[in-house]
Order: sequence, then C-alpha cells, then structure tokens
Amino acid sequence: MTAPSTSVPTTDDGQQDLPRSPGGGDPFDRDILPTPPGATAALLRSLLAPMKARVALTTFLLLLQQAAVQAGPLLVAYAIDSAVPASRADDHGPLIAVGVGYLLCALAAGGLQYWFIIAAARVNQDVLLDLRGRIFRHAQALSIDFHERYTSGRLISRSTTDVESLRELLNEGLQELVTVVLSFVYISVTLLWLDLGLGAVAVASFVPLYLLVRVYQRRAGRAYRIRSTAIAAVIVKFVETMNGIRPVRAFRRETANDADFRVLNSRHERANGDALLEMARYVVGSRLVANTAVAGIVLWGAYRVAGGSLALGVLAAAVLYLRRLYDPIDRLGMFLNSYQSAAASLEKIAGLLAQTPSVPEPSTPRQLPALTTEHPGREVVFDAVGFGYRTGGEVLPRFDLTIPAGQTVAVVGSTGAGKSTLAKLLARFYDPSAGRVLLDGVDLRDLDVPELRRGVVMVTQEAFLFSGTVAENIAIGRPDATHEEIERAAKAIGAHEFIAALPDGYDTDVRKRGGRISAGQRQLVAFARALLADPAVLILDEATSSLDVPGERAVQRAMQTVLHGRTAVVIAHRLSTVEIADRVLVMEHGRIVEDGSPAELVAGTGRFADLHRAWRDSLA
Amino acid sequence: MSTTPATTKERSAVRTLLRLWPYVRPVRVRLFTAAFVAVLASCVGLVIPLVLKWMVDGPVTEQDPAGVWLGALYLLLLGLAEALLFGLRRWLVARPLSHVEAEMRADLYRHLQRLPVEFHDRWASGQLLSRGTTDLMLLRMFLAFPLTFLLVNGVTILVGVAIMLMQDWTLGLVILGPAVPVLITCVIFERRYAEVARRAQDQVGDLTTVVEEGVLGIRIIKGFGRHRSQARAFRELSRTLRGTELRKARLLAAIWAVIVTLPEVAIGAALVLGAVQVADGALSAGTLVAFLSTALALRWPVDSIGFLLAMSQEAATATERYFEVMDEAPEAEAPQRGAGLSHMRLRRVGTPSPHEPAPDDNEGIRFSSVTFRYPDAPADSPPTLDRIDLHIRPGESMALVGATGSGKTTLTALVPRLHEVTSGRITLDGEDITAIPRASLRALVAVAFEEPTLFSASVGDNVLMGADDRAGAEELHRALSVAQAEFAHALPQGTDTQVGEQGLSLSGGQRQRLALARAVVGSPRFLVLDDPLSALDVHTEAAVEAALRDVLADTTALIVAHRPSTVLLADRVALLSGGRITAVGTHYELLRTNAEYAHLMSGETSGETTGETTGEESEEESEEEPEEDEDYR
Repeated sequence: MTAPSTSVPTTDDGQQDLPRSPGGGDPFDRDILPTPPGATAALLRSLLAPMKARVALTTFLLLLQQAAVQAGPLLVAYAIDSAVPASRADDHGPLIAVGVGYLLCALAAGGLQYWFIIAAARVNQDVLLDLRGRIFRHAQALSIDFHERYTSGRLISRSTTDVESLRELLNEGLQELVTVVLSFVYISVTLLWLDLGLGAVAVASFVPLYLLVRVYQRRAGRAYRIRSTAIAAVIVKFVETMNGIRPVRAFRRETANDADFRVLNSRHERANGDALLEMARYVVGSRLVANTAVAGIVLWGAYRVAGGSLALGVLAAAVLYLRRLYDPIDRLGMFLNSYQSAAASLEKIAGLLAQTPSVPEPSTPRQLPALTTEHPGREVVFDAVGFGYRTGGEVLPRFDLTIPAGQTVAVVGSTGAGKSTLAKLLARFYDPSAGRVLLDGVDLRDLDVPELRRGVVMVTQEAFLFSGTVAENIAIGRPDATHEEIERAAKAIGAHEFIAALPDGYDTDVRKRGGRISAGQRQLVAFARALLADPAVLILDEATSSLDVPGERAVQRAMQTVLHGRTAVVIAHRLSTVEIADRVLVMEHGRIVEDGSPAELVAGTGRFADLHRAWRDSLA
Repeated sequence: MSTTPATTKERSAVRTLLRLWPYVRPVRVRLFTAAFVAVLASCVGLVIPLVLKWMVDGPVTEQDPAGVWLGALYLLLLGLAEALLFGLRRWLVARPLSHVEAEMRADLYRHLQRLPVEFHDRWASGQLLSRGTTDLMLLRMFLAFPLTFLLVNGVTILVGVAIMLMQDWTLGLVILGPAVPVLITCVIFERRYAEVARRAQDQVGDLTTVVEEGVLGIRIIKGFGRHRSQARAFRELSRTLRGTELRKARLLAAIWAVIVTLPEVAIGAALVLGAVQVADGALSAGTLVAFLSTALALRWPVDSIGFLLAMSQEAATATERYFEVMDEAPEAEAPQRGAGLSHMRLRRVGTPSPHEPAPDDNEGIRFSSVTFRYPDAPADSPPTLDRIDLHIRPGESMALVGATGSGKTTLTALVPRLHEVTSGRITLDGEDITAIPRASLRALVAVAFEEPTLFSASVGDNVLMGADDRAGAEELHRALSVAQAEFAHALPQGTDTQVGEQGLSLSGGQRQRLALARAVVGSPRFLVLDDPLSALDVHTEAAVEAALRDVLADTTALIVAHRPSTVLLADRVALLSGGRITAVGTHYELLRTNAEYAHLMSGETSGETTGETTGEESEEESEEEPEEDEDYR
C-alpha cells in the first residue's frame, strides 16, 4: 500500500498535446490534482476500518477454506506411503480414513467457499457504497468555483470508472491476494515440513519473484495512471457532445468530433495496451522462475529418492504442492493488475476528496435571529466586500451596500458588469475575498446549509431539470411540500396550465414520453421551486429571460405578492422587472455607479435614465 | 418448462456475443493464434505430470542418474515452453483487444452523434456514458479471458480426461462422474445470473445519471441547499445496486460451491480406488501419482468455469446494452417521410453550395401544410404543429411569435431537420429539404439556439464552426463585431482563449453573443435564430440589432422572438398559436388587428390582472381576448 502514495504528481507522459487552458501548468487542466502524500493509503484504510471485524471474519473463512483445499496432496502422500502398505497388510482403516478425510475436505472447501464469497461480497459492496457516497457528497459540498474548473466529465469519471477499478480490486483482487498469500504460506510450511531441503529451495525462489513483482508494480503503476487520465478525457468529450447534441448537429460537428474523439480514444487505447503488455512481461518472467524451480526441485528430489534418502510419496506430494505453489503467480499478477489500476484511480479520488470546499460549512453554526415582524424579509449588508476569482477574471472592488429587510432591489448593468457575482456572493456560492456579507447581522459563513437556505435562495438563468416528475422538480424547493403546496406554487407563477396539459400532469416524467418542456416553461418550474422554498431573501438572476412578455408579466404580478415583505435582489436585462423594484442599482465594471428609486433614476440624467429610454423605445 | 427457456436463454447469450464478431474480425488472426497458443501452453502443462510418471516409474526406481537428469531437463524445457507460450498469448492480444475496445467506443460515439435528436431527448446521457465506458471494459475483459479460457479450459479438460482415461479408465470414469450435475448447475446458474447481471448494469447506468445530474445541476442544488437530499437519493440508488450485487454474489457463491465440491469428491474417490488398486498391484504407484497430478492440474480449469461463465454473462449483457443503442436507426439520408414526397427524390441537387442561389427556384423558405408530432407522443394527442403554411420570401426575415410552449422552437428545429416533419413539406428555394443531403442542408441553414452551447475549443474555433474551411480571421472578426462580441479580443488569449467545459466560463450573455456570431459567420443563405438576444441587456441588444439588420438585409431568416425589439428586426411576423399559424403581417398590422398578438407583445390585458387568468389565456387561442390595456405603470 505504499507505492502509489510516494510517486504522486510525477508528470505523466503523453499529455503534452492535451488542449490547454490559460496557464498550462494548472493541475485542473491536466487532471492531476495534488494528492497529499499517503492520502491514497489513508483513504483505503479509512474505507476498510469500519469493517475490521468482518474483514477478519472473511479472512478467517478463507484461511479455513484454503486449509481444506490444501489438505489434498497431504492425503495423497499419506495414501501412497501409509494406506497402500497397510491395505496390502489387509488393514483398510487408513484407506477409509483417507476417503472420509478427502470427502470432508471437499465438503468443507465448497461450503466455506460459499460462505466466504457472500461475506466478502458484503464487505466489498459496503466499501463501494461508502466510497461512492463520499465522492458524491464531497462533490456536492465543493463550491461552485471548483465545479467551474474541474469539469463535470471528470467528476463523473471519478465516480464511475474510477470506482469501477476499485470494485474490480475488491471483487477479484483482494480475494486473489489473500488466497495467494495464504497458499504461499501454507504450501511453503508444508513443503518445509515434508522435507526441509526441498522446502528451502522453494522458498528461495520467492526472492526473484519478489523482485519481479516490484519491477512490474512500478512500471504498471505508471501505465495505469496515464490510463486513468486518458479515460477521463474521453468521458469529458463524450459528455460534452451528448449534452450539446443540437448544436453538434446543426453545425455539422460530427466529423470533426469523430476526429477529436479518435485522438483521445487512441490515447486511452495506447495506455491500455501498455498496461496489458506490462502484464505479459510479468507473466513470462514469473513463469520462467517458477518452472525452473520446479525442474530443479524435482531433479534434486528424484536423485534423493533414487538414493533412498527420500520417500516416493513425499516427492509426489512435494511435486503436487509445487505446481500449486506457482499456480497463483498468475493470479498474483491479476491482483497486481487490479491493484495498480485501482491505486491510480484511488489516487485521483483521494485528490478530489482532499479538495477543501472554498465555501466551507461553519464548525459552530449560528442561528439567524428570530423574526420580529410578521414579514419574512431580513436585512442584507455587504460590509467592505471585495471579490476576485482565483484565476483572475471578473473582480468586484471593495464596496458597502445595505439592503433593508423587505426591500426589492433591481440590479441592472451591461453583461459582465458584475451583477451575477454580486448575487453569488449573497447566495454564498462564493465567499468574498475581503469583508463579509451579513444577513440580519449574522455572517453568511456562520450559517449551516439548511439555515442559509432558509435565509437565501437563488434562481439562476439556467433552468436545469432533474430526472423525475415535474412535481419532484418543483419540490426541490421544499422536499416536504404537499402536492397542494406544489400546485399552489405552480399556479401562483402561471405554470399550472402547461403542467396540467402534460400527459400525466404533475406526475409527468420530464424525460419520458411527451415530457418535453420548453426553455420558458423550465424557467417557470424554476420559479415555482423558489416560491415553494419561501426564503427570507430571494435572488433572481435573469430568471425570466426565456419567458414571453405575458409570462414575464404574470411572474412579476405573482412576485409582487410573493415578494411583499421579503427581501429580494432581482437581476435583469429587461427593465420591465424594475417596475416591481423599490430601488435600483446600476453596475458598471464591478462598481455600483447609481443607486436610487426607479423614479429618481429615470428622472435623472444617468445611465439608468438612458437605459430606460432605450427600453421604452424598444417596446415600440 | 424450466429447461426450454434455459436453453434459449443460453443460446441467446451466445447469439448476443456473436454480434461482437464484426469488431473482433480485424483482430481474429491474433485472437485465434492466441487461443491456440493458450491451448498449447495448457497441454504442455498437462504433459509435465507424464514426465513425472516416467521419472518415478523409470529412472527413480531403477536408480539411473542419467535418466533423472534427462527427466529434469525435459521438465525444464517444458517449463520454459509453457512460460513463453503464456507470455506470447498475452503479447498477441494486448494491443488488438485495446483496439477493439477503442473501436467500439469510437463507433458508439459516432453513432450517437448521428442518432435523431428525439433519441437524445429520451435517453439520459449517463446511461449512454455507462455503455461507452464500463460496458466496453467488460467486453474487453471478456475477449481477453473468458472467451479464450472457456475454450482453453474446455480443451484442457478434454485432453486431461483423455489422458486419465488412457492411464486407467475406471479411475477416469470416476473423475468424470460429476460432469453432468456440474453442467446442469451451470445452465441453471447461467439463466438466473443473466437476469441479475442486466439489472445491476442498468442500475449502474441510473447511478451514473444521478451523478451527472448532481454535477450539471449543481447551481440549483446549491441554490436551494439540497445537497443532502440529493445525497440521500444517491444513497438510495447505490443501496439498491448493492442489493443487486449481493444477489449476484449469492448466485456466484452457489455455483462456486458446487464446482469446488463435486470434482473434489470425485478426486477423493479416485484416490481411494487407486490406492486399493496399487495395494492389489493392479496399478503402478507412478501411474497413480501421474493420474492424481493430472486430476489436480484440472482443478483450476474446472473451478474457473463458474466465474468465466459469470463474466461471459455480464459480457453478453454489456453487448446487449451496447447494441440496444447501436441498433437505433440514425437519421436516414434518403427522403422517407410523407408518401407524397416520393417524386421529389428525382430532383436531388447535385452538390448544393451554400453561396450559390439557384436562380429559377429563388423563392425562400416555404412550409406547406407541415404537421409535426413528436414520434414518442401518444398517438391520440394533438400534434405539436398542425398544418403549418408559411412562406418567407427570399431575403425576407420573418419573426415567429407565440406563447411559451407553443412550439416555436420545434418549428425552427424542422428547418435544419433536427426533427423530421410528420407530414407536409418544407422547401428552401423550391428544393424539398428531405431531398437535400443533411450535411448540405445544415451548411445552407445556420442556427443559433436559445441555449447557447460552446464546445471545449478556442473562441475562434467555436465561432468559425459556423462557416466552411475557407473562413479565416477576417470572417471571424466581422462575425464578432456583428454579434457585439468584441469582448472576445480582451480575453486572456484573445480569440484563442479556450472556452466550454474545459475552459474559461463565460456569462450567459457572452455565450449567447458567441453563438450568434457562429450563426452569422458563414454568411448563410438561410438563418434560423431561436430567441437569440434573450440574455442580452438593452444596450447590447440594441447594438446587436443594428448590426444584425445589415446581415438580415439579404438573408432569408426565421427569428423566434419574445419581445417587440426583436420582432422589429424582422420584415414580417407570424403568430404561432395552438399549433397553427394564425396570423401573418407586419408588427404594426398585427398589433392593431390581432388581440392575441397585442397581448403577447405588451403583456397587458384589460380587466383582471391576476396571474391565473393571464396564464390560461396564453395557453389558448384567444379570439375572445379582451383588447389591450394602455394603462402602463
């Protein structure tokens, strides 16, 4: 368990021509997140730790099973050397004993095998369950900026193909390893007991075998690390294409994509082939050692039998054992194979799990103060807040802003002016680089997730639907909502009619027959979600861009009721939204350049007055 | 009753696996050679006990040192041969099998890219991905081990049994005793395992889907603080998968138990019988040693049958899942829909070039009684689009207006044949679109989608994919300026900056402008824009509109619009309502004469202004709609 952790961020070959993003050495681009030394082994340990007892039981079962299996040749030796002569002397007792013994061993071997497989499967499946859950939960806990950089394809690859390699290791590998080690020990001991000399030769042959294993481990390890990176690249491309199939078709990207995919795919093919060839080399080497040892031992043994210093039965048993001793070498190879592959995957998983959320949950969460009025709204304060992305890019210079409880604030400004960043800071998708964001005087960083989301909910412009029914999609806003509440939310926002017209109404599966939902309708669903969540502060980030004018109006009318008494930040390109706002912020290059009531700003001569005029004109 | 389905199942597993042949064919020589080598290596392994017998009965008992040396030498040579043959087998298949896997994956990818859009609407991409990764890995492993070793072990067992029978036929028959019960167990096992294996693989696909959605929908999950319930859903599914895997393990354990126990019992019986015969002097000790040593050498070939069968079964399931997708028909090239269209087949264009108008047929885009119903929609449901007649004159731009969910996007998707019309036809300059090869059609018609997708490539490449290969920096520059996407020049590496999944993340408005630039970069003759300006602020929108007007001056365009400002880009407007085009005219004409249109454009209705009323009205055709309300707050 030591090898993988020591050789962590060595530069994998074959990476040079991967597409590069700004800053070529970025570990994100190369899919080599730094894995802290020992993290891989620590991960494996922590996965196995909770089931120590069951691992012990499983090992014990295997121990017994191997004892039953390996007893065979001993009984053969006994039969030839003792039972046959006894039988000749008309004493059939020993022979009957051999028969009964063999039968018992056979039954025990089969029964224990059955028990062992089931016990082992339980351990394996529990480890996988644990690991899958950990990756998923961790990925969910990591902040948005991580997701923006890590890419979805890689995350998917971590939780599918990489977990799959561990599954192979656990399913076949560990059993192989235990069997191999056990039979090595059993057989060596038995051989030494049968005959010290022959046994010593057999044990001596382990030295070159061990060296072979080390060499193989190192070389295959490299091959597998490259392979794991390569398959992740394949998955990234695959996912991107399938999720963007319409533009792929409309712009005839098929052939170009085929070519790109071929490059990534053949890189994986090469890495795969390399790994398999390493295995071939290992098999030849280990077989050569084993077979030479067998020939040597037989030669010496036969000499001694001929010279009368060794019983024939002992030689027979020794030879039978020798065949068995070296049989598992191939299986050791298979184990190393799955171990290397799993180690490479685990290393990547450990790297992912070692990422700390840049928006961590508080260790000692605070509660929001109890509401003093019957209105749900709360006061929002940006206290000397500044923000810059780690990669550079959009930056908000330091600013102060107070939004009193119950106020609806519209944020306008051109694309890239920093409106969404402001919203994401308030929703705690990011933490500010400087200063703090306060909700009723409590720093957002001190709120745990449930409390934070009772406080702030954000509806974004991308209206993603999850698999499941329409009702389930709305209920994301509040999972314990009743069907009536879901329907009420949908009605309030004007989404009820289209949902009712779907084949199964609210129970229509969004991916099944007739479940097509247009972009505008998705946004309505997203709104219904937000409505159901009933937060103190609601952030709408261009959430009506795909709605038609009546739809948008309906939403706005609903919002006037819904937002009453609630604090709201509405980001919109359409100034129509501004009509429901108490206050307007105009942003430009990351700064708030105008701040006032709509009427004040329209009457003034600033940017908002310009924007408003342009918008009125556009309504024609 | 139980045997017949078992055998058909068995056969169908074999038949399923046979479908892999086209992929295996190119590497068949190596694969067969490798199998032959493996058989040879196994047989060499079986000869070793015979040499032992010869040594025990000959030189050892006769105390002949030279004979002992010779025997050991034979053993060494056989051992060397076995080692090299084993290595040779692996060397032979290593590259070819990786190649087969890669080929199958590339084929799947190629095929998926060409399947109808409806297919992708229906299939979660996690299910597709799990077919392209885990299933194919299973297949590679199947080709590497079970396929070869079922053959090798079969031959080894046969040869071994033959050797044993030759040495002593009574003992041989004893060893053969368990064969029938073991075979029966295998058949039963096979059938049950197939079922569970399929379920497990499907559940892996479902799990992949949840993972994928958890990643793609991360902003929503975070926005609502739902990652715990998401994790709970994930745990449910992975628990279910665990249950299925445990069922698999129980089946596997059962067959292992049978396969381990029965042959071992037979060996024990042979040992006792053999010992009796040796005691009676009817059998030499060497023969017994050789016999048992052969029997023990056969243990692993027999033992392994269980998991080889299990792996084969999983491979059969993987093959089934793979071909489930591969058997879906890709978009057909020849005209196929609407019997009335068959005569059009004769009027194929030679090689339509996007920049060369066909002079005699210069009549723009024409929809003639186009009806469309999603192929997977219930047959009794009203069609999404019903007998659409619409003519867009050459060089004219037509805005398409309709309530949310009225089918505007669907209508635009028909032009580049992302969906196929159910009946009726669409002509471009008189040419039926079903008669134009898709590639040419899509070169002719440029599209900007409402959801602007950028690919993992540079900004420049993303935009230039809308043009043919001749387009260069100049076209790129022009397109970026039309779409007001000059921000691209200010990115870290200018237009060479990587965007998309693996690059810089851009805002919705920025992506939308790049998508628009992509649509106009090739100066297409026909342009389809689906709400192309929805994410832009008013100023940018106005600038884009001004620039677009020039482009649209001589382009035939269909523009989905929600807002008056976008509508004004177009020369005329068509109103889509209840699946039909209910009105066509200029913006001002319709504003005056059509209540529904006026409502859609202004959002105002007289009288009640509750959300519910408005919602209902936007769903229905509203001839009885009250006239618009001038009251503007």
